[in-house]
Amino acid sequence: MIDPAFYVIQFLNGLASASNLFLIACGLTIIFGVTRIVNFAHGSFYMLGAYFAFTLTATIMPALGDALGFWLAIPVAAVGVGLFAVLMELLLLRRIYRSHELFQLLATFGVVLIVQDLVPAIWGPEELFGPRAPGFTSFVVILGFRFPEYQLVLIAAGPLVLGGLWLLFNRTRWGTLVRAATQDREMVGALGVNQSVLFTGVLFLGGALAGLAGALQMPVEPANPFMDINIIAEAFVVTVIGGMGNVLGAFLAALIIAQLQAFGILVFPEITLVLPFLVMALVLVVRPWGLLGTPEPMTGHGFAGDRPLKPLGRRAQLGLAALVAVLLLLPLGLGDYTEKLVLEVFVFALFAFSLNFIMGAGGMVSFGHAAYFGLGAYGAALAVKHLDFAMEPALLAAPLAAGAGALLFGWFVVRLSGVYLAMLTLAFAQIAWSTAFQWVELTGGDNGMIGIWPSAWASDVTVYYYLSLILCGAAIAFLWRASYAPFGYTLRAGRDSPLRCDAIGINLKRHQWLGFALAGTCAGLAGGVFVFSKGNVDPGALSIPTSVDALVMVLLGGIQTLTGPLLGAAAFHLLEAYILPLTDYWRAIVGLIIVVLVIAFPQGLAGFLRERLAGEESR
Amino acid sequence: MLRRTFVIAGTALLAAAAAFQPATVKQAAAQEPVKVGELFSYARIAAFADPYRNGWQLAIGEINEAGGVMGGRQIEVISRDDGGTTADAVRVAEELVTGEGVSFLFGTFFSNIGLAVGDYAKQKKILFIAAEPLTDALTMAQGNRYTFRMRPNTYMQTKMLVEAGKNAGAKRWAIVAPNYEYGQSAAENFKKLLAEMDPEAEVVVEQYPALGKIDAGATVQAMLAANPDGVFNATFAGDQAKLVREGTLRGLFDGERPVLSLLTGEPEYLAPMGAEAPEGWIVTGYPWEQIESEQHTRFVEAYQAKYDDFPRLASLLGYALGYTVKTLLDTAGTTDTETLVDTLKGLKVETPIGPIAFRAIDNQSTMGAYVGTLAVEDGQGKMVDWYYADGADYAHSEAEVEAARPAE
Amino acid sequence: MTVLDVSGLRKAFGGLTAVDEVSFGVEAGQLFAIIGPNGAGKTTCFNMVGGQLRPDRGSVRLAGRDITGEAPRRIWRLGVGRTFQVAATFGSMTVAENVQMAFLSHHGRLRALLPSARRLYREQALAVLERVGMAGQAERQCGLLAYGDIKRVELAIALAHQPKLLLMDEPTAGMAPRERIELMALTAGIVRESGISVLFTEHDMDVVFAHADRLLVLDRGRQVATGTPAEVRDDAEVQRIYLGGAGAEAAARQIEARAGEQLPGERAEGEAR
Ligand SMILES: Nc1ncnc2c1ncn2[C@@H]1O[C@H](COP(=O)(O)OP(=O)(O)OP(=O)(O)O)[C@@H](O)[C@H]1O
Ligand SMILES: [Mg+2]
Repeated sequence: MIDPAFYVIQFLNGLASASNLFLIACGLTIIFGVTRIVNFAHGSFYMLGAYFAFTLTATIMPALGDALGFWLAIPVAAVGVGLFAVLMELLLLRRIYRSHELFQLLATFGVVLIVQDLVPAIWGPEELFGPRAPGFTSFVVILGFRFPEYQLVLIAAGPLVLGGLWLLFNRTRWGTLVRAATQDREMVGALGVNQSVLFTGVLFLGGALAGLAGALQMPVEPANPFMDINIIAEAFVVTVIGGMGNVLGAFLAALIIAQLQAFGILVFPEITLVLPFLVMALVLVVRPWGLLGTPEPMTGHGFAGDRPLKPLGRRAQLGLAALVAVLLLLPLGLGDYTEKLVLEVFVFALFAFSLNFIMGAGGMVSFGHAAYFGLGAYGAALAVKHLDFAMEPALLAAPLAAGAGALLFGWFVVRLSGVYLAMLTLAFAQIAWSTAFQWVELTGGDNGMIGIWPSAWASDVTVYYYLSLILCGAAIAFLWRASYAPFGYTLRAGRDSPLRCDAIGINLKRHQWLGFALAGTCAGLAGGVFVFSKGNVDPGALSIPTSVDALVMVLLGGIQTLTGPLLGAAAFHLLEAYILPLTDYWRAIVGLIIVVLVIAFPQGLAGFLRERLAGEESR
Repeated sequence: MLRRTFVIAGTALLAAAAAFQPATVKQAAAQEPVKVGELFSYARIAAFADPYRNGWQLAIGEINEAGGVMGGRQIEVISRDDGGTTADAVRVAEELVTGEGVSFLFGTFFSNIGLAVGDYAKQKKILFIAAEPLTDALTMAQGNRYTFRMRPNTYMQTKMLVEAGKNAGAKRWAIVAPNYEYGQSAAENFKKLLAEMDPEAEVVVEQYPALGKIDAGATVQAMLAANPDGVFNATFAGDQAKLVREGTLRGLFDGERPVLSLLTGEPEYLAPMGAEAPEGWIVTGYPWEQIESEQHTRFVEAYQAKYDDFPRLASLLGYALGYTVKTLLDTAGTTDTETLVDTLKGLKVETPIGPIAFRAIDNQSTMGAYVGTLAVEDGQGKMVDWYYADGADYAHSEAEVEAARPAE
Repeated sequence: MTVLDVSGLRKAFGGLTAVDEVSFGVEAGQLFAIIGPNGAGKTTCFNMVGGQLRPDRGSVRLAGRDITGEAPRRIWRLGVGRTFQVAATFGSMTVAENVQMAFLSHHGRLRALLPSARRLYREQALAVLERVGMAGQAERQCGLLAYGDIKRVELAIALAHQPKLLLMDEPTAGMAPRERIELMALTAGIVRESGISVLFTEHDMDVVFAHADRLLVLDRGRQVATGTPAEVRDDAEVQRIYLGGAGAEAAARQIEARAGEQLPGERAEGEAR
């Protein structure tokens, strides 16, 4: 029989983690609310907060004394991170406010990569143990249990910040503006407020809050270069469960997640991987705008730069024919390795193209497209390993498995819209990921499955090259055709105006659902082809980085064109493959290139090329 | 003043240039050098990767200076970042093998990557010596003829600990392990070995925090609730640090309960903890500063002279791998894969911590680990009462290997 | 024949009753106007008839069939086309494609994966566009048109499946006065020609009294008056709360102007009296 007081203590533990989660998430939600930027770099802010605090305490604690030095270092670190966020806004985001919203996401992702390499370069790769908080280094006894004093500080920090934000938003002019902007972006323009100044301020506030969260972690956890990745997904989960843009919602959500975690591990110790995403999926299915969020107006998700779909012109057709000819002849002049590399480009081109089918045409942004790529990969691998399938039927199993998964998940997904839709796709992808990760008997867990090689006739690289070209090429051609067909038009119609769709008899949800499933099926084929080129599969195929890769490819190439995702896939994959061997800092270089491309080609590579070609033709 | 600025700028430039150079160790040689491919998650886990690279570079440098291998040929190690994912790693391995034409491969850190590259090695019939991956599967259920492994696997290290803790007197054990293969299989091995060595003992609570995301307060409390009298820990790095801080304050680590902890004595993890190293824990690790054999002293001195830093376990591992490459090539006298594989099976290699051998039955090396108790001295954790547990004594038995490992 | 029969319709948003106990009927071939000041509940009425909103109480019958609370796309299938106060079209498509979408939906071809959508029902779409005077701009991108033209495209979309009933929520909002008169004249012409019924609303009293066969006046959700333009104009309460001086003048002007025209709908009304 467990002491009832134990549950009280566990509740307090939950409160302490809730505070930490809230501190990170509230900045994220404020930034999103006003600027609509999905800030991937928020985890980086958090990590920088911890490192800044480490450096500051090391320098000022000896000078000013422990207590003063420590408690001064925390807010100064927060302000420092706030300034870093301002820098990001001024140098980067400000230049692209007029491009598509997702482009800012891409830019912040570039920043994530850069910071990821910058931190170990500056502070070294090993963990840095900061000092404990002076005055809070011991424990108190509560109901017979020892409880660390510093945890009490953390428990207090969440509500204090919540209260402070409430005062800021309700008692100051600036805060009122922020609130107004969160509710209605157009209104701010009407009020004659300088939007840039408002955005800069909001980034400062959000960044400083994340920095504060990181700095306050110092007595609990050593600063380490994984803090950003480890926290960012959870921060988004909390933000979304609470309702994007709603600070109080974030507080509630943090509380729910942390308490479920604290008590969940008593019953299911293994639930740690999936719990936040499970909760997010459930909440979104029941409340499509989070707990306290407000429904987004039922406007379409069209993009300002969208144009009517034109059939390929003569020049483009010739170009396409030339490309196909080159791809067919390529193996004559290339070594095995380069063939493999190009073959992977086919796979990613299909993966990205299928994402753009629902995203560009359908207006359904997915942060979890890896789910279907991975389901295809696992479908094929499981068929080989457990059903003794040969490659040919396994390659058929891949799209089927992914299609089935997409039908199931998609049914829930299409009921949502905007960022919430995107986050639900992420939740499902994470659920699929943790299933693959944890169902060791079936999937091999995170070790994955190996020994999934092509049949003898296709084991030669060149043969498999042609097989991939045919399969991926056919699927791309099919999706391309479908984009021009009534079905593709219907998806586009749904993106432009759900209201109008409904008023001309289109069952939009059903078509979006089918579109989602079709895209998932094609992503699954890509996954299947991929497995046999690699010989193995592991949960990485279903992971967030894989989803993000697909997004980056689409955005880099240009979301508003059909050629964009293909171009983006080729550019991104080749870029990575060629930069990887050059330096340990390949992530920073890829990040920098992304940032530069975002600024130089705010419509994506294909958009830029189209503009150039159109310009030439009119001259 | 001016001169110093100039020197700093010059160093920075050189460093930058070095960073952008293809990581290829090129040595002038009269004869064709032997090309060997190396891959590791350099960017993703730099804390482990940098000392590891220092280790093998030191060894290869020494070897080439002393005249190389196979009667005067230099070794050229072509080193790559494996990207930290299996997909990238297999592509990188492919590039090394088909693009660069290396004779064989060594390296990798993560278990899934080790397995994937091992499987690629099997498919391509190329030798691969895994450096760090700990998963038992690499030499057992998923093992193959072409894949060897240097480090003692999870089973071996767990066995060393269970044996060391046998007399600690604990009967009710708590397990805390990160929620992925390494942690799960450590926990599985622990339960199995505990049952074998002490039939009266039981596991009363298990906690599996997500890697890098431990909710330490709640986890410690959940363990306390089961009132264990011993703890087996497989968390490491940041997770372990949080666990230690919370667990000490809350009385889980009260100095009375024996704690068995994997890897904690490795300088990689011990050094950053400073004075916070958990005293009294029984750990596996590498007390580099206390090993006084002649070969080891020579290694430490050479390492410190070259890098102005102390060696980590990864440095030792890299160094031992470097000499494995040499011994293998010298003994085989050819770069033909099948000969290399046959040679490496049973090959004995001298390392700073004594001779090791690659077992013919499962391709696992007999490299062992040091087992000892943690103490804090001068604000720094160190292992005391340590001894070297020879891997040969802890590796899977022949019967176990035969049962689990696919026939070659 | 009564095409649309609305009775006892009610809708509240929180504490606000936007539409309260509204009843009316629209006869075949009739142009029926709902008028009222801003926030009177006109759009809410349209949305309950069109299916965008589910009424709290009351019923909507289309040609005798109860359609209360049905989904908009079902109601559309039963022969109701509509335009919105803020035009809803497919901005990234060409004008012709917008109308083709309606045909694709009507013919159940939306799920076709292979044929080129641009080629399907193009002739038919151009014919409808011809009727609203937009054939010349068929290849332009809808999102880039002048607002008045977008409204015409919307009308064309609504007409594509030859509805029995057209719902037009402020069809001329945002247009120049000349354009308004033209568009309503055009609509009226089409209606008279094809015999469909129209439920519409307008703020421009000139437009309303020029074309409406019957009127319903709403004020803060309440049905104040219903009847022919002349009856409504003479209603004391309407004059007091709504029409005021300028409105009444416009009403008088238009009713006199129409006296000699002898339109079929009006005559039927007259005979019924
Ligand atoms: N979805 C809604 N939620 C809450 N209140 C609403 C909603 N839709 C309309 N209302 C309110 O109901 C009342 C009637 O609105 P409605 O749009 O029907 O008026 P209207 O007569 O069409 O006005 P206008 O001439 O300005 O178009 C208004 O007070 C409006 O604010
Ligand atoms: Mg209205």
